[in-house]
Amino acid sequence: MAQITHYSQWQDAPAGDNEFAKITDAVVRVVETPRPPPAWYMAFALALSWLGILQLCIGFLFWEGIGIWGNMHPVAWGWPIVNFVFWVGIGHAGTLISAVLFLFRQNWRTAINRSAEAMTIFAVICALLFPGIHIGRPWLPYWMFPLPNQMDLWPQFRSPLAWDVFAVGTYFTVSLLFWYMGMIPDLATIRNRAKSTLRRFIYGALAMGWRGSSRQWHRYERAYLILAALATPLVLSVHSVVSFDFATAQLPGWHTTIFPPYFVAGAIFSGFAMVVTLLIPARQFFGLKGLIEMKHLDMMCRIILATGTIVGYAYAMEFFVAWYSGSHYEGFAFINRAFGPYAWAYWTMVSCNVIFPQMFWFKKIRGNLWAMMLICIVVNVGMWFERFVIIATSLHRDFLPSSWGYFIPTPFDFLVLMGSFGLFFTLFLLFCRFLPIVAIAEIKSVHPAAHGDH
Amino acid sequence: MKPFVFPRWANNTIPFVGIVLGALPLFLISLVWYGAAPATQDVGYAPEQPVPYSHKLHAGDLGIDCRYCHNTVDKAAQAAIPPTETCMNCHTRIKTKSEKLQPVRDSFEKGTPIAWVKVHDLPDYVYFNHSAHVTRGIGCVSCHGRVDQMEIVTQVEELSMGWCLDCHRNPAPNLRPPAEVTNMNWQQPSSEFGEAFRAAHNLNPSTDCSTCHR
Repeated sequence: MAQITHYSQWQDAPAGDNEFAKITDAVVRVVETPRPPPAWYMAFALALSWLGILQLCIGFLFWEGIGIWGNMHPVAWGWPIVNFVFWVGIGHAGTLISAVLFLFRQNWRTAINRSAEAMTIFAVICALLFPGIHIGRPWLPYWMFPLPNQMDLWPQFRSPLAWDVFAVGTYFTVSLLFWYMGMIPDLATIRNRAKSTLRRFIYGALAMGWRGSSRQWHRYERAYLILAALATPLVLSVHSVVSFDFATAQLPGWHTTIFPPYFVAGAIFSGFAMVVTLLIPARQFFGLKGLIEMKHLDMMCRIILATGTIVGYAYAMEFFVAWYSGSHYEGFAFINRAFGPYAWAYWTMVSCNVIFPQMFWFKKIRGNLWAMMLICIVVNVGMWFERFVIIATSLHRDFLPSSWGYFIPTPFDFLVLMGSFGLFFTLFLLFCRFLPIVAIAEIKSVHPAAHGDH
Repeated sequence: MKPFVFPRWANNTIPFVGIVLGALPLFLISLVWYGAAPATQDVGYAPEQPVPYSHKLHAGDLGIDCRYCHNTVDKAAQAAIPPTETCMNCHTRIKTKSEKLQPVRDSFEKGTPIAWVKVHDLPDYVYFNHSAHVTRGIGCVSCHGRVDQMEIVTQVEELSMGWCLDCHRNPAPNLRPPAEVTNMNWQQPSSEFGEAFRAAHNLNPSTDCSTCHR
């Protein structure tokens, strides 16, 4: 077993006397090395600072109130809801990769599923932050749950906001179980190689007594299949329910039946872009190029291209239906969206989400890490703008022209958005350092060496 | 080195872990359910008053009507706390030397009100109107209990929102002729009375939020 003492050694081939040992070594040495690469420290310091800023902002928010944000009539749903929908959407790629692609036996998923699932959990944590802090009375978030109380009051079960609580709560629970259960054999691998008593104990406790017996593997596979089957409908349901927050409101620009599929496609689109954004540096810095291969990134780019095209189709169809419905107000909402005061946001969204991803038609672009990274960041920006456009442009032209307004964010809006990225990257960097980034056991099962002797 | 797995004795802890994991949520739920309930927190509140005034003596044994002192109860939202002058209507002639009444005489001479402690205290965001209830046939006893038997006034009902809603959703059991609202002994003559009275007087209390939270 090779011990890595310096980060530059990651660029060397992993030690190990056969293919399987090399895979184990390549993944576990990231956890075992005493010092991660300098890039990790720099990224972690940056992420941690933004997490600190987020905490200060939330502290001030609780002290001062929602007024520190730009939320104001008529755009009462400001950035907090934009950020919520953005982060929930990001999570969807992880579930799609881990559950749907598993059921469809897409073996290439094994290289990326662990980190994508981790990304899901962290994105949903970021998302759950926003409903908690934007309610105005942060000591009463438990009112969102159907708890018996002296007021004889229940959440409004006819409201999609109440459905959201259950949809996202279920999503988080199932994703967390799926992620943790899938990690148990790999945690046992780290435990078996651990040198210090503390590590042996911590990873031993996390591995829950895994010994890799046939019976354990049998039950593991069964449980994995069941959780995959449970998680699969969530890929479609969670963002559908989030879209109901808008679609069930009788507001031109929100009240459309296309919203659920359009939101799900957008969620997978943005989620895959985030996976690529995270994995390109991760595979580079942690020496995992042999496991997270170019062909895997290529596959993800294809999915981004496909879902981006669906999103573009949805944008076009919204306009078509606004015209075809003959509804004067619907028509105005969309003309105003593209040519009104928020035209800058609308066209940012269209160019980021529809035009840029079309470059993935070219194989050269799908093979160029810098281009991929750039396009995926652009897609994430675009998908944030999509939610902003939906919320701000639909609300800012109220039914009463005397109430018309324009949303102006405050510095705290920016700081909280950046801070949520701080939270996300802090969690992801800790994951990269202390947990297996790649599903060691799963990737071995699809490795050519596993099918070589027959 | 042998990999770390849980030692054999760890198996013995499984029942305990199961009991704790199963019982702890139940314990916490019942603790909050019971402990935070207004029935636990608020019922039985009986603060000491600056004057040992006995409702049992005045309203019960002597039979003074509630409205003699709380004279705005059928006209206004508040059921007035009587001024010292109301006490002195009688006590200038009765028990003029009583030591217990010294604070009342002091208050009367100096013109400073007696600092009575409010027992039935609703949150400030609740709008409650006494006259709306009393003039439509809700008796004092329904919310305040048998004040005519209390030496020290004690809160006997929850005064929680759910408790208010119970009656707003089904007022019939608490209805009585408006002439009997202060009669603490009055009972509905028959089980049909309440519903008949409700229908006859068209009493349909609202349960909209804005009824009480204005």
